[in-house]
Amino acid sequence: MTHMPQITSPKLNRREFIATAAAAGGGLALGFHMPARRPAAAQTAMPIGAELNAWLMIGTDDTVVIRVHRSEMGQGSFTAIPQLVAEELECDWSKVKAEFVSANRHVRENRLYVNLSTGGSTAIRGSHQYLRKAGATAREMLIQAAAQGWSVPAGECAAEKGFVVHKTSGRKINFGAVAEAAAKLTPPADVKFKPHTEWKIAGQSFPRFDVPSKVDGSAVFGLDVKVPDMVYAAVMTCPVFGGKVKSYDEAAIKGRKGVIGVVPIPSGVAVVAEHYWQARTALDELSIEWDEGENAKVSSATIHEHLVKGTEEAGAKVRHEGNFDEAFAKAAKKVEAEYHVPFLDHACMEPMNCTARVSGGEVEVWVSTQNAEAALATAAEAAGVPPDKAFVHLALLGGGFGRRGRQDYVAQAVLVAKAINRPVKLVWSREEDIRHGFYRPISMGKLRAGLDDKGVPVAYAHKVVGQSIFAYLLPQLIKDGWDRTSMDGTFDQPYKIPNVKFDYVMRNTHVPVGFWRSVGSSGNAFITESFIDELAHAAGKDPVEFRRAALVGETSWLNCLNMAAEKADWGKPLPKGYGRGIAINQSFGSICSHAAEVSVDEQGRLRVHRVVVAIDCGYAVNPDNIAAQLESCVVYGLSALLYGEITIKDGRVEQGNFDDYEVIRLDQMPKVEVHLSLTQGSWWGGVGEPGLASLAPAVCNAIFQATGRRVRSLPLKNHDLRSA
Amino acid sequence: MIELKVNGTVHKVDADADTPLLWVLRDHIGLTGTKYGCGIAQCGACTVHINGKPTRSCVTPVGSVRKEAVTTIEGLTPDRSHPIQKAWIAEQVPQCGYCQSGQIMVAASLLARKAKPTDSDIEQAMTNICRCGTYQRIRKAIHRAAGTKV
Repeated sequence: MTHMPQITSPKLNRREFIATAAAAGGGLALGFHMPARRPAAAQTAMPIGAELNAWLMIGTDDTVVIRVHRSEMGQGSFTAIPQLVAEELECDWSKVKAEFVSANRHVRENRLYVNLSTGGSTAIRGSHQYLRKAGATAREMLIQAAAQGWSVPAGECAAEKGFVVHKTSGRKINFGAVAEAAAKLTPPADVKFKPHTEWKIAGQSFPRFDVPSKVDGSAVFGLDVKVPDMVYAAVMTCPVFGGKVKSYDEAAIKGRKGVIGVVPIPSGVAVVAEHYWQARTALDELSIEWDEGENAKVSSATIHEHLVKGTEEAGAKVRHEGNFDEAFAKAAKKVEAEYHVPFLDHACMEPMNCTARVSGGEVEVWVSTQNAEAALATAAEAAGVPPDKAFVHLALLGGGFGRRGRQDYVAQAVLVAKAINRPVKLVWSREEDIRHGFYRPISMGKLRAGLDDKGVPVAYAHKVVGQSIFAYLLPQLIKDGWDRTSMDGTFDQPYKIPNVKFDYVMRNTHVPVGFWRSVGSSGNAFITESFIDELAHAAGKDPVEFRRAALVGETSWLNCLNMAAEKADWGKPLPKGYGRGIAINQSFGSICSHAAEVSVDEQGRLRVHRVVVAIDCGYAVNPDNIAAQLESCVVYGLSALLYGEITIKDGRVEQGNFDDYEVIRLDQMPKVEVHLSLTQGSWWGGVGEPGLASLAPAVCNAIFQATGRRVRSLPLKNHDLRSA
Repeated sequence: MIELKVNGTVHKVDADADTPLLWVLRDHIGLTGTKYGCGIAQCGACTVHINGKPTRSCVTPVGSVRKEAVTTIEGLTPDRSHPIQKAWIAEQVPQCGYCQSGQIMVAASLLARKAKPTDSDIEQAMTNICRCGTYQRIRKAIHRAAGTKV
C-alpha cells in the first residue's frame, strides 16, 4: 500500500460526494484525503450524495461527511467537532466521516466557515453555536423532506439515529434516502438545540478518527506530502534576527550531484536539489556570510537589563481599584518579590515545512498549518495571484502549540517553487526551526502585597514588564498602551482584594515573539500563583484555605480548587523531602487547578511524582480527549518548567536542537490524574491551553513545601534545589 | 547504486553511501512513516528496526546497512495487528502522532526482547521524545500489550 494522499476534486459542488475515506478502508478521511484541485487518476469523488449545508453531506449509503474547519495538531478537534454536529443531526455516529473544509471555498464564499484559525483553545468554545446549528438545520430539513414524502405533518415526525420516524404510524426512512430531497428545501431560520442532558454523541469518549492512521505510518503530515515532479529545498536564514545575506559561494556547489539551484529568500538562501539530503549538504557548503546588523550586539544580559530598568516606569494602568498605596503603607505585613520568565520555543516534533506548486496563474500548497486561511493568503501574495487562485491542502500537524499560526515557511516554499518553476518541498532543519521561532515573550513581574493583622490580603500590586506579542504581530490590538496577552493571568483572576493595582510596561526586543501554548498565562500564572502562595505562608495559612477565603462567592473556582485539593489528598502527611503544592488559574474561558506532589533529594534532584488536575471547561464534548489534553499540558508545562529557556548571544538564539533545548522524557513523567468539575451553565471554555498555566506554580509551591526554597525565575535547571 | 532490503523488498537507490538511511527511506523509497525530528539521534522519531534492533535512522549511513534487514513502521504489520498497535489504539495514545511511528518501533522491540516489561524496563527503553506528552498512555499501552499490570 502506498501512502500517497489521494487527490480528489476540490470544487466541492453541492452534489459532489467524497468517498475517499471509505476507499481508504480506515474510516478516516484525514490524511488520505486532501481535496485537490485537479481531477487525477486517483480521484474517488462520486456524485452519490447531497450537501445539506456547507458543513455536511449525506450519501445514499447513509454515510455522513462532516467538515472540520480547524486544523488537527493532536488536540482532537477533528473528532470533537463532528461529535457536536452529529449530536444535533441525530445521525448514526458509526456512519460519520470527517474531512477538512476547503480553504479556497471558504475564501470564495465570503468566509463560509467563519474562522479557520486554530488557536486560543477556540475550536469548541468559539464554534459550538454554529456547529450545532449546522446539524440541527440539516436534521429539520431531513424531517421535512420525509414528511412531505409521506404527506404527513412534519410535527408528527422525528429524527432518530440516522432515520426519520413518523411517530403516529411507525414508518421510518433512512437519512440517505431523503437527503437529496432535503438538500433542495429552504433551511429553517430557527432551530432548537438539545439540552446537554439529552446528549448521546457529544459527551462521549469516542475514539479519535485520526488515531488508527497514526499507528501504522499512514497519516500524512506536511513533511510526508508527495507531489509529482517534486524536488526538495533546504533553507537557512540569518541567525541574527533582522539580518541579511551578504554573500555566498554558489560556485562551490555547482555540479554537485542532484543540485538544481540556489534561490535567495528574505533574510536567507534556499538550495534546491533532487533529494532533500543533497540540498541539505549542499547548503552547508555555500559558505554564507551574513550582514548581521546592529542586533548582533544584543544578548540575554542586555535584554535582562532592558527589562529590569522598565520596573522603574509607571507603565500603562490596566486595573486599579481602591487605594493600593495607602492600604499597602498601613498593612501589618508586607511581601515583595520579583519574578522572571524566559523566552520559550515551541519545538514542534515536525520541523516547519511546506510543499508548493506555482503554475498557470495559480498556487497550491500542501502544509501543516494552524490557519489554512492565512496560509492561503500568504501563498497567494508570495505567488502574486488572487486569493481565489490559491489552494491549500491541509495536512496533519506534527505539533502546533501556536507556532504554526505563522506562515513564514509557506511564503518561502512558494517563492522557491516560483523561482525554479517546479513543485518543491521545503524543509527546515531542527536547528533552523529552533533558531527561527516566534518565541513566548520574555517577561518579569514586580509584586507587592499587604496583609492585615489577621493575615487577610488587603493590598496587591503586580507590574508586568515584558515583550508584547501584539506590538510584534497585531499592533492595532494594543489598547491604552497595554497588551492583553502580556497581562493574562494577572488582573483577570477573581481574588477578592480591595486595593489592587495592575500595570504594564512594554519592553520589546529584536527577538520575534508569538503565541505559545497558554500565551500570557504561561508565565503570569506561575508568577501570580507563586506569589499568592508566598502570601499564604506569610499569613501563616494553609495555601488552599488562603485561596478559598479570597475566592468567596466564586463557585466554579471553589469547586475546581476543592476538587484538585481533595483528589490530591491535600493535608495528608508526606514523607520528609516531599512537598505538595496547589495553584489555580482561569484562561481561555476555563478554570483549571493543579495539585502537585514532588520530592527533592539531598543532592537537590527534583522528582514530580503526581499531578492532579481539575478543570471546569463548562461542557465536555469528548471527556477522554480532554483528559489527553490535560496530560499533554502537564508534559509541555513540565518541559518548560524544568528546562525551557531560549537565550540570546550575539543577537542569535544559542540553542539549536533537543540536546540543548531539552524536554522531558517518559522516565520523568509523573502520574497525572484528570478530573472534570463542570459548571454546565451558560458558558463554554477551552481545553488545549488552560491546563498548562497553573502546572508550574503548583510544582514550585510543592518545591517550597519540600525544601523551603522559593523559585522566582524559570527554568528550574538554573536553580539549586537543595533544602534551604 | 545501493541495494538495501526494506520490509522484505530489495530496493536499488541512487544515493551516496553516507546519506542517512532516514532520507533514503523517505525520499527515495517513499516510506514516509519514519519521521525526521532532530537529525542527531536525540528524539527517536526516525526509529526503524535493523535486524530487529531499534535504530535511529537519522544517523545511520545507508551504506552501512546494505546487507541488513530494515523494517519500518509500514513493515511492522500490514493491518495494525501488532499487539503494540492494537494497544496504542485501545489507549488512544497518539495526539499529533508525529513521533508515534518511532515510539511504536521501540515498544515493539522492547516486547520482542522482554515479554513482560516492568515500569523500569519501559523507562529505560522508551527514550523517544513526544512533545504532546503521551508518555502516560505509552506506558499503559505497553503494559496492555504485554498483559502486565499498570
